[in-house]
Amino acid sequence: MFAQSFKGTGALTKLMLRQNRLKILIWLLCLVGITLGTAATYPEVYQTEEDVMAFALTMDNPAMEAMIGPGYELEQHNTATIFANEMLLFTIIAVAVMNILLIGRSTRADEEEGQMELVRSLPVGRLSYLTASFNLALIINTLLFIFVGFGLYGMNLNGMNLEGALLYGGILAVAGLMFASFTALFAQLAETSRGTIGLTFGVLIAAYLIRAFGDTSIEGLAYISPLGWVVRTEVFADNHWWPVILSIVLFVVLTVITFYLNNIRDMGAGFIPERKGRANASRTLLSPLGLAFRLEKITIYSWGSILFLLSAAFGAILGELETYFADMEILQVYLQSMPGTTMADQFVSLIIAIMSLISVIPVITIALKIKSEERQNRTELVYSRPVSRKKYYGGYILLSVLSSIFFQLLIAFGLWIAGQSVMENALAIDSTFSSALVYLPAMWFVMGITVFFVGFKPKLTGIVWLYFAFCLIVVYLGDLLKLPDWMNNISVYNHIPLIPGEEVNWLTMGTLFGLALLVNVFGLIAYRNRDIVG
Amino acid sequence: MAVIKTINLTKRFGNFTALDGVNITVGEGEVYGFIGPNGAGKSTTIRTLLGMLKATSGEAQIFGKDVWKDAVDIHKRIAYVPGDVNLWPNLTGGEVIDLFLKMKGEINKARRDELIERFKLDPTKKCRSYSKGNRQKVALVAAFASDADLYILDEPTSGLDPLMEHIFQESVREVKNEGKTVFLSSHILSEVEKLCDKVAIIRQGKIIDDGSLQEMRHLTRNKMTVQTKEPITELEKLPGVHNIEKENGDISFHVDTDQLDTVIRHISSFGIIKLESAPPTLEDLFMRHYEGTADLNQGGGAR
Ligand SMILES: Nc1ncnc2c1ncn2[C@@H]1O[C@H](COP(=O)(O)OP(=O)(O)OP(=O)(O)O)[C@@H](O)[C@H]1O
Ligand SMILES: [Mg+2]
Repeated sequence: MFAQSFKGTGALTKLMLRQNRLKILIWLLCLVGITLGTAATYPEVYQTEEDVMAFALTMDNPAMEAMIGPGYELEQHNTATIFANEMLLFTIIAVAVMNILLIGRSTRADEEEGQMELVRSLPVGRLSYLTASFNLALIINTLLFIFVGFGLYGMNLNGMNLEGALLYGGILAVAGLMFASFTALFAQLAETSRGTIGLTFGVLIAAYLIRAFGDTSIEGLAYISPLGWVVRTEVFADNHWWPVILSIVLFVVLTVITFYLNNIRDMGAGFIPERKGRANASRTLLSPLGLAFRLEKITIYSWGSILFLLSAAFGAILGELETYFADMEILQVYLQSMPGTTMADQFVSLIIAIMSLISVIPVITIALKIKSEERQNRTELVYSRPVSRKKYYGGYILLSVLSSIFFQLLIAFGLWIAGQSVMENALAIDSTFSSALVYLPAMWFVMGITVFFVGFKPKLTGIVWLYFAFCLIVVYLGDLLKLPDWMNNISVYNHIPLIPGEEVNWLTMGTLFGLALLVNVFGLIAYRNRDIVG
Repeated sequence: MAVIKTINLTKRFGNFTALDGVNITVGEGEVYGFIGPNGAGKSTTIRTLLGMLKATSGEAQIFGKDVWKDAVDIHKRIAYVPGDVNLWPNLTGGEVIDLFLKMKGEINKARRDELIERFKLDPTKKCRSYSKGNRQKVALVAAFASDADLYILDEPTSGLDPLMEHIFQESVREVKNEGKTVFLSSHILSEVEKLCDKVAIIRQGKIIDDGSLQEMRHLTRNKMTVQTKEPITELEKLPGVHNIEKENGDISFHVDTDQLDTVIRHISSFGIIKLESAPPTLEDLFMRHYEGTADLNQGGGAR
């Protein structure tokens, strides 16, 4: 009877591995590749004792601890512990995301889409599908453990030994298993795969925040969070194994609960019913701009948070700027060029330049949204009603413009507020904000080329990303690559002054703004005159 | 005045001609059926009428206005249901209906709720969890709850169950009784037969036949099955008789409608025991037109 429940598990496991093989391969390649690849560069970055100490000092502040977990004792610092300190938590988060997505797929998503039903109609046990999903998780995370563990050992960095390397791989694997079991558990509770994945990501974020809070203020709190455990291995130094054991215990407990719930529920059902949505639309939805905002809300908010957090993270290290960058050659190339400003000012304007390139990504995607709407046959629903193309696409363009302003404000605010708390001489509020807002005409120009291509030849919108990559290279590497001036000047970002070091040239800004307006208008006119295919 | 009128409407995609000189006239209050095989150009015609595709040449007018230039104006009086309804996955059905109704003007809440009830739609569900049929219902409710003078429906029932199809037909009759015009593209011939006053058949971008069902039947053949006391002779020599088949003493054949009289006179001389005559169904018409141009030409009397 009991054995019957697991009939066919082996075959199902093989099927799942086959179905997901490409995804698994890419995830593992990335995770192992990035881990080993970064480890390989460390001996070069941290060559001397001073380099290591300089790093140790920069790490020793609450902002860094909140981001990447507690650091090591000063005397424990060596290449291996720096590597672990910088990489471990973020790698664990990536591993957790991999597990959430893969297991979410093989549990609730398969059930939702009817694959599971198909399989269940075959002579297969009622617990086989779930067991196969767990097998999948076990196999993936074990592979990760082996590759990372022995791979790191093979790198033989200063301070790495076999135990440490295996512990590093092991903690990644058990963290992965924990989140696999959380996902499988929520797959029993929620009725949809979105719900499942959403809830598990919620746990991941909550675990991260509780740990951050615990690490910086009340240490006891960090022990509530699974992520609080996994950053306490002191790998490559004291090599504590208890977090591994604790994680395995939690994994087993969650697994047992999951199997119990799976056994008592109906196919397709969940314990948390899908929340009912609104039967009527709210007023704010009922306009083209309202619809565009509703569809892009998640994009705007999540990019907003990312930009704010990144800026705040940069702001948090402003206090230790001099020590941190003393020996980083790449940055010195930029920073030498502007006498008369403080190191912090120069750094801030450089950060803002880079952040403004990142923030143009969502601005482009919002302007591009209408293209995927058309491809998915949803614009015809709008254009068959008395809504002009100018009005509907105009809504997206307006939203894109508003978001660009919102993002620039967040960038400036993040840097300023975090700098405020760590610096002796806080950043000037006006120059920080104007140095972010001055990028707007450039961003609108890039958005304008997007609109232009959407209007004239939607197939060619890829060019926008090429142009974006080009701007990124110019800002990042332009001086190092010694590109000719005319080439640098193709990037609109090259015409934006680095405030406060450089003066604003209003003629240039006016021209940029005019160009931005022009491409947008041309694009919109072309959009009004072309065939809409869906 | 014609509600829809196209003159030599032509649409090319690159060097592929999707519409080749289409002429359609739909009068006020008519329910106009538009049928044709896959890829014939039905949806292309409709999208051109909706001002989404720009005609390569020719003219198209709705309410006497140019479909491309005055699209927004025209759409104030139009309701459209596409065959493949794609909705925004994170909006509920109710939200989408309100959104669509608001785009057209004020929301008639009573009518909206009545139609939701009639089509048995759960408006609180997110569109991502709707089946194809339910997505179609959302579009249908939004169309019939809005105040329109012309309903353009592109295979609106392809995902509906028979019960819902029936409710759909009821709704079409209702708007017809209010004097509204309906342009219905469909693959379901029985539906077209039930609902439509006039039909146009399109194939490879050309209208190959149109008119009222009555007229179209006149131009085609009835199917007859007869039994006579004495065997009928020389039947195959009569003009307008086709496809003679013999089975258990019954003889069945097709007769061109304009030769009916001669044929009946001829067979009555053999002493009729049984005589059945069925008018051609739309399906017969349809099949005959699809069988290829060769058949059309030798078919005799069709046009
Ligand atoms: N945007 C386009 N670009 C190129 N060819 C197109 C485009 N849209 C339609 N076509 C072609 O035009 C022809 C007519 O297509 P249409 O969608 O109008 O057919 P249909 O009669 O609606 O068919 P169905 O019954 O399958 O819905 C098809 O051959 C199609 O491939
Ligand atoms: Mg079609």
